[in-house]
Amino acid sequence: MVYSNRISLRRLCRLSFLVSRHNRHYSNLSYNPREQEWRSVVGLEIHAQIQSESKLFSGASTKYAGSTNTQVSIFDAAIPGTLPVLNRHIVEAGIRTAAALGCKLSQMSKFDRKHYFYADLPAGYQITQQRHPLARNGKVKYLVYNTDNWNKYSWKTASIIQLQLEQDSGKSLHDADQNRSLIDLNRAGVGLMEIVTAPDFTDGEEASSFVRELVLMLRRLETCSGRMEEGALRVDANISVHRPGEPLGVRTEVKNLNSVKSVGRAIDYEIKRQIGELESGREIVNETRSFDAQSGQTIAMRDKEKLQDYRFMPEPNLLPVFLYDSKSVPMGVDPANVIITDHLLQGLPSSPSKSYERIHDDHKISIRNCVILVNEDGLLKIFDEIVERRDAKALINFLIADFLGVAHARDINLLQCPVPFRHIAEVFDMKTNRYISNDNVTQVLELMFDFPNKTPGEIVKEKELENIQDLEVLQAECEKTLLKHPNVVQRWKVGQQKEKKGRQDPMLKLVNTTMTALNNRANPLVLISIFEKLLSKK
Amino acid sequence: MIAVTRITAKSSTRNLRQKLQLNNYFSSKVPDEPTWVPIDKEKLPKVPELDEATVNHLERLSLVKFNNQAGVERLYKAIEYANQLHMVDTEGVEPLDSVLENRSVYLREDKVTDGNCLKDILQNASLVVEDYFVAPPGNIPLKPVDKKSSK
Repeated sequence: MVYSNRISLRRLCRLSFLVSRHNRHYSNLSYNPREQEWRSVVGLEIHAQIQSESKLFSGASTKYAGSTNTQVSIFDAAIPGTLPVLNRHIVEAGIRTAAALGCKLSQMSKFDRKHYFYADLPAGYQITQQRHPLARNGKVKYLVYNTDNWNKYSWKTASIIQLQLEQDSGKSLHDADQNRSLIDLNRAGVGLMEIVTAPDFTDGEEASSFVRELVLMLRRLETCSGRMEEGALRVDANISVHRPGEPLGVRTEVKNLNSVKSVGRAIDYEIKRQIGELESGREIVNETRSFDAQSGQTIAMRDKEKLQDYRFMPEPNLLPVFLYDSKSVPMGVDPANVIITDHLLQGLPSSPSKSYERIHDDHKISIRNCVILVNEDGLLKIFDEIVERRDAKALINFLIADFLGVAHARDINLLQCPVPFRHIAEVFDMKTNRYISNDNVTQVLELMFDFPNKTPGEIVKEKELENIQDLEVLQAECEKTLLKHPNVVQRWKVGQQKEKKGRQDPMLKLVNTTMTALNNRANPLVLISIFEKLLSKK
Repeated sequence: MIAVTRITAKSSTRNLRQKLQLNNYFSSKVPDEPTWVPIDKEKLPKVPELDEATVNHLERLSLVKFNNQAGVERLYKAIEYANQLHMVDTEGVEPLDSVLENRSVYLREDKVTDGNCLKDILQNASLVVEDYFVAPPGNIPLKPVDKKSSK
C-alpha cells in the first residue's frame, strides 16, 4: 500500500463515524418496553499511549511498527539488575492532560507494582500508580450525539476518578494452530496514562460519545495520537444491569475496545446479553470478555487465574514524584528532580465540547456541522480566522462541502495548511459574490493549492474562470443553445405539468448545456432569466 | 552520627554526654529503653480454616509447595505468628514505603538512548521464531476455532 493512501485511510477511519448510516444498534435499546425495566451502569478505563520519543522508564524508542523486538532495552526485557529511570516528558504530558480534564493534581505521587503472570509482561509486574496517582477527581462535559439522528443530542458530564501513569505491556500474537503465543516486546514499557471514569454512563451511545470527546481532547493537547486503530488508545468497559431500586448487578469487563464504534456496539450488546441472561433465570459471572467486531458479540475470555490477586506493593526502585509551582519550590532542590507546573498549565487548549458550544451559540450552526468542523484537525482554526464579517452558515457549508473535499483528495494536513487562510476566504467570497460559479469552485480550490504563492483572484484572472458579466455574450450563447435544441424548447412550451416523471426539467437542460458551453463561467440564475425572456418572445 | 563525631573531636567527655542527651531528646521517637509487652494470644484474630482451594491459591502465588499436612501446619503457625502484628497500634500512621520518601525521583530527558540489542535480548529465550519470543498460548477469546476454514 502506498504511504499516502495510508494517511487518507486513517483520516477516513477517524471521520467514518460521521457519515456512517449502518449503526442500527443505537435505535433498539431505548424503545423496547421490556428493557425499560432495567437500568444499566457503565464505567470506562481508558489506556492512552503518551506521545514520546522514548519509553516511560527506559531509553528505547516508542516508534510504531518497528521490526520485532528491536525497540527493547535490557530493562524492558526485565533483565535482573536493571533499574527504571523516569521520563520527564511523559510525566509532564500526564500533568497537562489531567489538568485539561479538570483533575486535581497530586502534589506527590508514587509508583506501585501490580503483579500478574503473563508472557508479554516479562518482569511479572507492571509499574503503575495505584495508591497515589498523578491526579484525581476530574469532570468532563461532553456532547452525546447520534450520527443517525442529529436532532437528538444532549450534554452530559462524566466524573474522572483518577489519572495514573503506567507501563504498557508487550504484544502477543496468538498462533492457535501451533498452540503458542509469539511475543514482541517493542511496546513493553511505553508510557500509558490510564484514565478511570466513575460509572456515569448508561449505554453505548453515552460511553462512545465520551470517548470521542476524550480522543479529541488528547489530540488537541498532543499528548496522545488517539489512533485507536494503531492501539494508541484502548478502552475497557465495566458493565452491569439491575432493576430500579435494587443494588447494582454483577459486572463484566469488556476489554480492549479499539474503535469508538466498537465501544458503543460492545456495551449495548453486553447490556442486552446480561438482561437476557437474568430474565432467563441465569446469573451474571464476574468475568473478562472480548468483543468481536465482525459478529458484534462479546465473548468470554479463557482466564485461568479466576482469583486475580495483583498483590500491589510500593515500587521500591522509584522515589515519589513531587510537583511544585515556581513559588512553592523548596530551597536547594535539584531542578532535575522536580516538576514545576506553572509553565505546563499555561496555554492549555479549550475542550472540544466548549468549541461545539461556542460555535453553536455564536453562529447558530447545526450540531452536525459543529461536530465536523471540530473533528477535522485544523479546520476550526481556519473557520475562526476568516468568519468575521462573513455569513457563518454559508462559510461552514463551503468549508465542509467544497474545501474539505479538495483538501482530503490531496491528503493535506490542515494543521500545516500550505495556503494562507485569506486565500481560502477569497475563494469563498468569490463564490458568494457569484464572481465564479459553484461549478468552478472546486477547480479554483485545486489551483489555489497548486499555486500557493498566487492569490485566487490572480489565478481566476489567469485561467479565465470568472463569470462572464457581459449580458450580450450570455444572450448570444443562450440563443445558440435554443437553436441547437428545438425539441427541448418544444417541451418547455408544452409545460412542466405534462412532463413524464424522471425526465429532466427542460429549463435545467438548457441552462446546463449553456453552462458547459461557457465553461461554467456564468451565474445560472442569470441564464434562467435570459432564457425566460427569450422563450417568452417565441 | 556526623554531629557526634564532630563533638568528639572538639569537646570533653562530659560535654559529649550532655550533647548526646540533647541528641536523644531531639530524636525522641526512639525510646531510651527497650520495652516488652507480652502478647495475649486470646486477643489475636483466629487463624481461619484454609480449604484446599485457598492452599492451592497460596501455593500458586508464592510458588512454594506446602507438600503435606506438616507443611500446611507450618503455614497455620506462620499466619498465627504474623497475626501478632495486629497488636501494634497503627491508627493514623501513614505507611512508610521508603526512608527516602521525602526525596524526589530523578527525571531523565525524553531521548532515545537504548534498544537495538535484539541479540542480547533473545539470548535468554529457549525458543525463538522470526525474532519473537515463543510462549505458551495466552489469554485468548473462547471462540471455537474452525479447523477446516483455517487451513
